Amino acid sequence: MSNTIISVENLSKRYILGKNGGNSDGLRHMIQDLATAPARWLKNGRARLASSPGKNGSAVAGEPAAEEFWALKEVSFTIQQGEVVGIIGRNGAGKSTLLKILSRITEQTKGRVEITGRVASLLEVGTGFHPELSGRENIFLNGAILGMSRHEIKRKFDEIVAFAEVEKFLDTPVKRYSSGMYVRLAFAVAAHLEPEILIVDEVLAVGDAQFQKKCLGKMQDVARGGRTVLFVSHNMGTVTSLCSRAIWMAAGRVHRTGAVREVVNDYLSKGMASNYQVVNLQELARPAYVHDSRVRLESIEWLTDVPLQHGEPGEALIRFTANSPVEGVSVGIGFSTIEGTRLLSYETDFQEDHRPNLTEPRTYCVKMQIDALPLGPAIYALDIGCRSGDRHPLDYLPAVAQIEVIPGPDTPGCIVRQDAGVRLESRCTWMEP
Amino acid sequence: MTAAPLQKLILEPGRTAKNYWRDLFHYRELFLILAWRDVLVRYKQSVAGAAWAVIQPLMSIVIMTVIFKVLAGLQSPKNVPYAIMVCAGMLPWQFFANALSLASQSVVSNANLISKIYFPRMIVPASSIVVSLVDFLVACSILAGLMVWYHFPPTWRMLVLPPLVLLAIAAALGPGLIVTALTVRYRDFRMIIPFIIQFGIYVCPVGISTELVHAKLIEKLGVELGNRLFMVYSLNPMVGVIDGFRWAILGHPGADSHGAASAVASSSAAVLENSGGFYWPSFVVSVGLTAVLLIIGVYYFRKTEKAFADVI
Repeated sequence: MSNTIISVENLSKRYILGKNGGNSDGLRHMIQDLATAPARWLKNGRARLASSPGKNGSAVAGEPAAEEFWALKEVSFTIQQGEVVGIIGRNGAGKSTLLKILSRITEQTKGRVEITGRVASLLEVGTGFHPELSGRENIFLNGAILGMSRHEIKRKFDEIVAFAEVEKFLDTPVKRYSSGMYVRLAFAVAAHLEPEILIVDEVLAVGDAQFQKKCLGKMQDVARGGRTVLFVSHNMGTVTSLCSRAIWMAAGRVHRTGAVREVVNDYLSKGMASNYQVVNLQELARPAYVHDSRVRLESIEWLTDVPLQHGEPGEALIRFTANSPVEGVSVGIGFSTIEGTRLLSYETDFQEDHRPNLTEPRTYCVKMQIDALPLGPAIYALDIGCRSGDRHPLDYLPAVAQIEVIPGPDTPGCIVRQDAGVRLESRCTWMEP
Repeated sequence: MTAAPLQKLILEPGRTAKNYWRDLFHYRELFLILAWRDVLVRYKQSVAGAAWAVIQPLMSIVIMTVIFKVLAGLQSPKNVPYAIMVCAGMLPWQFFANALSLASQSVVSNANLISKIYFPRMIVPASSIVVSLVDFLVACSILAGLMVWYHFPPTWRMLVLPPLVLLAIAAALGPGLIVTALTVRYRDFRMIIPFIIQFGIYVCPVGISTELVHAKLIEKLGVELGNRLFMVYSLNPMVGVIDGFRWAILGHPGADSHGAASAVASSSAAVLENSGGFYWPSFVVSVGLTAVLLIIGVYYFRKTEKAFADVI
């Protein structure tokens, strides 16, 4: 009983950059434009007279043409009722613009969208939270903003409070909340929405790991409840575990759609380097929570052959640039499952003297050595990051590349390929029972 | 699976949602809750709290009365207490000024909502008008206080106040919508609005009576030109609102003074002397312009609101 709930046809969205598009244009420009219009008109007229018919008058007059930018270009797809669709793609591929059009925040330039049912969009948790208002008041406010009726909010109020675990602070202004409490409350309200169509943008990138897991569980419930969900994320793990289908956007167009595993695997292998000896990190998109710009990771280069071998040593060179002085820098790499679960990390900061203070802005290089790679044969995602001191993250890039681990000389033959995981030696004594 | 027939939504460029007004009605709850939020938040973490809604107009009334009555020696028509006359002008003026400045900021200060959630954008400036309305109602206690102080009994004309408040809302909403939409695009209006409000209090007949303006115009320019210019003066929507308020609050049954002035072409002194009545032509002009501004405001706002999320 599948019926189309969202149908998008030739959707295009154009932004005008420069002169009239930005938000910096003041009234002065409008007045100036108006005031100089006659002069310009005369000038253009004269220029047109003077120039040969083939030439463009306004170009001769030296008027810069406004620059166009197509954030979306002829995007078409349909979504059936009850589908959970992941929208993936690099930053700037048009994912957010698409969601904004679907949730009616902005209007497309061309094309047509048909939506059947109530849409709730969750482009940010805590939209409209007011810091001066109490938790209780904000539940009603945020609920109303997300499209719940007062009656509906009242009915779910206790559930929301319990989910957010903020019972004690209900009458405290949310500006006194810890950021964790704030995010929990915000997500709790959003999680209790019951629209036919839910549009979600990367909201899971907040809160601690435990709460993220809870959110994910809630999202899965929503998805299982037969509602249609559109989910934008950079976290391929979340996308694969949550969605049944994926739409891969690239440069404002739909690059590929299909079953989530196929599209995600394709994206991971094409979108990110796979088994590359060197991965350039400079151009890659950072997750939203990377705020510090003092250090930027530049590249990782494997000195040992890729694919890596299970049980064998490995060496990698990590290059990064310090833009300004920063203290106690350490770098690390991580191996995760394709779904995004970290299995193994190597970090330089186990020794105090391996956390140098970088006083000079320049490029640095660290060689990481792995004695015997304990990862079982499988394909992993490589994460790379660096931080200052114990906790302050400087730069972090999850899943920059796929990296394959193949059986090494000492790998028991019975470890089959898909058995990812860490295999460590244990000390044992064989005893009589 | 049974479900109520789902509403179908079609998004196309240039298709200003056919059901705009139904949509607006559909989002009434959000409107109420945003208004409720703005009212709650307005005086949070201030010691005097909602008393500010009284203190500001009260101080202005005191200053206006001192300047115009005590220093300049102006008289109020029919010799009603000058402070009450100023109050009857100050309350709607303060409402208008608050509404205009709050509305002009409203969309910009709710940018996070505008760029993340769909709703008819008109809700936002409208809710800031509700805030000003609440302030206005609180400030009405000044009027009550003054009437008790001066032993000035209300008349049945007070019954006209509710429709006059509606007129004041309309007068604030029209320019409010225009200014809101303009502020989104041109932040210059953040500078312009305080300026307009600052001199508006002198342009509008707040500290003085409209009759005085009328009389002075006739005195300086002669009856015909004076009357004509007075019509121009009446284009100001707040002239109609303030006149209405004065008529309802101060009014004693009496001759239609303005009418007498224009018909008989009597001296400017006569205008003042016989005032207390109601001068319809000026009121009609004022209301007319209010309606025009409201229509332009709604039209311009609707035309630009689709792009708010892109330019904000």
